[in-house]
Amino acid sequence: MKALVWHGKQDIRCEQVPDPEIEAPRDAIIKVTSCAICGSDLHLFHNLMPGMKPGDVVGHEMMGEVVETGSAVKNLRKGERVVIPFTINCDECDQCRRGNYSLCEKSNRNGELGDKVFGHRTAGLFGYTHLTGGYAGGQAEYLRVPFADSTHIKVPDSMTDEQALFLGDIFPTGWQAAVQCDIRRTDVVAIWGAGPVGQMAIRSAILLGAEKVIVIDRLPERLSMAEAAGAITINFEDESVLDRLNELTGGKGPDKCIDCVGLEAHASQHIDSMIDRVKQATMMESDRPHVLREMIYVCRGGGVLSIPGVYGGLLDKVPFGMAMNKGLTFRMGQTHVRRWTDDLTRRIDEGQIDPSFVITHTAKLEEGPGMYRVFEQKQDSCVKVVLKA
Amino acid sequence: MNPASTLVTSRPDRSLTTSDGVARGLGWFSLALGLTELVAPGKLGKALGLEGKENLLRAYGGREIGAGIWALSDTPAPALWARFAGDLVDLGTLAYGLRDADEEQRRNNYIALAAVAGITVVDLLTALSLTAEQSEQKGETGRDYSDRSGFPQGVERARAAAGQQAVPVDYKVTATEERTREGQRALEPA
Repeated sequence: MKALVWHGKQDIRCEQVPDPEIEAPRDAIIKVTSCAICGSDLHLFHNLMPGMKPGDVVGHEMMGEVVETGSAVKNLRKGERVVIPFTINCDECDQCRRGNYSLCEKSNRNGELGDKVFGHRTAGLFGYTHLTGGYAGGQAEYLRVPFADSTHIKVPDSMTDEQALFLGDIFPTGWQAAVQCDIRRTDVVAIWGAGPVGQMAIRSAILLGAEKVIVIDRLPERLSMAEAAGAITINFEDESVLDRLNELTGGKGPDKCIDCVGLEAHASQHIDSMIDRVKQATMMESDRPHVLREMIYVCRGGGVLSIPGVYGGLLDKVPFGMAMNKGLTFRMGQTHVRRWTDDLTRRIDEGQIDPSFVITHTAKLEEGPGMYRVFEQKQDSCVKVVLKA
Repeated sequence: MNPASTLVTSRPDRSLTTSDGVARGLGWFSLALGLTELVAPGKLGKALGLEGKENLLRAYGGREIGAGIWALSDTPAPALWARFAGDLVDLGTLAYGLRDADEEQRRNNYIALAAVAGITVVDLLTALSLTAEQSEQKGETGRDYSDRSGFPQGVERARAAAGQQAVPVDYKVTATEERTREGQRALEPA
């Protein structure tokens, strides 16, 4: 089958690889119909996440049709349309029973490595390093889904691929980011990054009742998409984020702050971000945490910082004393996808939201490597790429 | 929505172009040369007729290492232009070294001049190619997406319907007056 294969920094190729096969009774094989390139795929593309090996098939936002099931999978039929969550979950372990699906204790087949690196293992993820199981990803024609009886979201016939696809990652990720804020009717929510997860977080914050949503980015096309949902925008290349946030909140600062940027903050306007860029290039720092520093500084005392943006390792000069003295609450983590998807599927089905608004580019799977460059360089006003297998 | 074929001008099935590969090779070369200039400026100076210019050679070494790191980053084009400018400085410095060079130093210097001239051409062609690739693929920037609310029933309807979703109890973190009063009541003796 054809698949997008990682070969190193900025080196993704469309190649022929062996078809996946059933390996365990709870497996299923999915014929992928649509998959997407995620912002966190760019961290792999830039070789900033440890644990990738040349030859790894990438991709963790995918959906398709069931073509084969293992003997223990009783709740899936051939031909059924499913979205596959990027976090693989067993539904049996203690963490899964608590709803912490991204911390599943059974699905990471390299769990011992995870124990050593993270202290305790996290869930297996598709197409996302050998620290999280080294499972082949879904930017491919076919995908093996481990624990398939619990790692799937059934798609109603009324829903198109484009409406359903993002249930596997960015929609529940933006939703969990907003839920982590415990939004109240009077809250001002500030969101850094108007990429695909940021766009979903904006809409989630509105659906959860935020009084005001403010979005910080630098790209006019992304800011226009944010404004479409009713957000107030700040272009950090044109104005001071701190001054504008204080102005919009009567000097109090936002009640809730969401970091939808993560470890690759843009380095242009602030000296700390430029220093981070040099340190990252010279391997003296793994992440560029400018957004985190800014959120800690500007957030209202007693506020909440929600962090769906991916961080990979060690962060320098994070003002933790400031956070402590302001009594800030930090909530973060990979998304517990299935915890939210029943509710989100219903909301799409009822017409409350249509996540397909975010798709700006559609291409064939074999054009995927080129589209990585388009997405990476934000060419042609690209916000979200969907690949058709 | 543009088809991918209008955006990706090189091979769409590979993300790394030939120019990217050459830029990486030049990046590693830059690092190796820079380290040599930092570690052994005396030997280099003697071989090229640049005795007494050790500190200058060390500075050039620092420059080469900086350019090398940059060329290996995900935005190599400016580094290649920086390398091209550095090449011109190197050519000037080598030409200066010819003034007082003995016969052997003159021979070494001519070889170095030829090598740097060759690298200069490679740097220039790679910088031009990378810059062209970037500008060719830009497409339309700043497109207006203000018609993409994502709320089929409108933003106001979405706002009005908000709040029906209860935040799960394990996600409640906001201190409010009601919650504080409730918490205090719970602490009062029965």
